[in-house]
Amino acid sequence: MSTGTSPNRSSGARDRTARPKISFRDVVKTFPLKDGDFTALDRVSLDVGDREFVTVVGPSGCGKSTLLNMAAGLVGPSAGQVLVDGAPVTGPGPERGVIFQQYALFPWLTVRGNVEFGLKLTSLPAEERTRRADHAIELVGLTDFADALPKTLSGGMKQRCAIARAYAVDPEVLLMDEPFGALDALTRVQLQDQLLSTWTRERRTVLFITHDVDEAVYLARRVVVMAARPGRIHRIVEVDLPYPRTEELRLSPEFARIRNEVWTSVYHQQPAGSAA
Amino acid sequence: MAVITAPDKTPAATAPRQGRRIPPPLLLNLLALVLGVAVWAIVAATGLVDVPGPLSVGSRALDLLGDGTLAEDALASLRRVLLGFVLGTLLAVPVGFLMGWYPLARGLLEPYVQFFRTVPPLAIIPLAIVLMGIDETPKVFVIFLAAFLSSVVAAFQGVIGVDRTLIDAARVLGAPDRVIFLKVVIPAATPFLLVGARIGLGAAWGTVVAAELIAADKGLGYEMMHAQTYYDIPTIFVGLITIGVIGLLMDRLLLLAERRLTGWQERR
Ligand SMILES: Nc1ncnc2c1ncn2[C@@H]1O[C@H](COP(=O)(O)OP(=O)(O)OP(=O)(O)O)[C@@H](O)[C@H]1O
Ligand SMILES: [Mg+2]
Repeated sequence: MSTGTSPNRSSGARDRTARPKISFRDVVKTFPLKDGDFTALDRVSLDVGDREFVTVVGPSGCGKSTLLNMAAGLVGPSAGQVLVDGAPVTGPGPERGVIFQQYALFPWLTVRGNVEFGLKLTSLPAEERTRRADHAIELVGLTDFADALPKTLSGGMKQRCAIARAYAVDPEVLLMDEPFGALDALTRVQLQDQLLSTWTRERRTVLFITHDVDEAVYLARRVVVMAARPGRIHRIVEVDLPYPRTEELRLSPEFARIRNEVWTSVYHQQPAGSAA
Repeated sequence: MAVITAPDKTPAATAPRQGRRIPPPLLLNLLALVLGVAVWAIVAATGLVDVPGPLSVGSRALDLLGDGTLAEDALASLRRVLLGFVLGTLLAVPVGFLMGWYPLARGLLEPYVQFFRTVPPLAIIPLAIVLMGIDETPKVFVIFLAAFLSSVVAAFQGVIGVDRTLIDAARVLGAPDRVIFLKVVIPAATPFLLVGARIGLGAAWGTVVAAELIAADKGLGYEMMHAQTYYDIPTIFVGLITIGVIGLLMDRLLLLAERRLTGWQERR
């Protein structure tokens, strides 16, 4: 059975035994503005267990990307702590792969050049680099476009290239910021299933932001629902559905029930105005 | 049905874009050139303005080419420009990048760059001659300064304009600062650098002639100055045209380099 739990320190019941992979402890993030500080995140606490798949949903501007960037080490908290493997995050690192909301491809490099960028920073021999890059490119279905420049790719293809670039370095933690946002329904479902099957095989820790409630429920073991102004965790919904997840599961009444629960808590949050 | 109508639409849709009525631009350019020379010939022939016609300028150009003076002068000017330009741009790149990358360097260097940018390089010539003598050094120095000042601002703008998310993308892949600088900042700033180089080259070429007008014993500017004292207008014309043609050629070369190096850009 799935249970909605209140925010703050309620997370990761099943992963209590192990140390959480990522933990946010009373994290506050404020941005200085002309007329005082803007609170993007207000006392957020969340533990993501080792090898857990957590999705985050919430209205636009509620601080999802900010949260992810803090785990990535690109943004520091204004107060509180962000820990990875129990140690405070001091900066980015290749063990935490990030897929950015705005693709962030290097426009002067081809698809293969982009995918190899991270691999070239490792000590891997050249053949192994090529093999891994080819594999990642194939995984996202861009083999025929390996030598194309980003400017010639469609939005969805750019996004797939960004995904391949992150997969290629094989990070322990994947931080994904609406990675499937620009994709058509079919590619989206394919990449969801691919992501899940890689995840079941290799069990990375995944923190995945999306605005698609179906996607959030289909992928995750827990769905974090955030609220805006100030950005905070509204609710965490446990998804008690077995892996591997399948097409039938998507159509099951149990799935529908959880999806409705998440939907309700996203779009019927107390102060009106933050709805879609 | 849709399949049948689609091909029908295509020619209709592309026809106005092709603009059949207008001849290709190169032809237009040539036409304009011929017309210009014709007008020049008429103006000179009627004696409306006291200038030599294209024919006398042409024959003077042949003379000067024949005895090697033109080539010698053009080479002397080109040598100064290229020396000053290369030195200026070479220094501008690291300085501009330093200013863009480190706020400390920016704070320290920016006032000087901004100040000297407002002083025309030619205004430096008297000082340069006093301090450096009248040989090659002051001329090359002034050209160097002109090229440096216009390139340094472009390099600086290029660095501060690099998309933050590209730097972040490299950082999360584990790139250290050195790699980010070489593999992200430099390529991302290249379009700006090349624009800066083009402006710098224009500035350098404009400065050399003026520098030679003031003090030189060779060079296109010198030759024109010399011709002026003898009221030798055809030679002045030959000098002017040579300066224009060489300047144009150099600009086209840099434009070509720009096209090749920055073809990855989304829009141009
Ligand atoms: N560098 C910044 N300076 C000022 N305000 C910022 C900055 N970055 C983010 N914010 C603000 O913080 C809030 C949260 O931003 P964030 O990008 O995390 O939202 P989000 O939940 O990812 O939204 P979306 O779903 O639209 O991507 C927004 O209101 C935004 O305006
Ligand atoms: Mg976002």
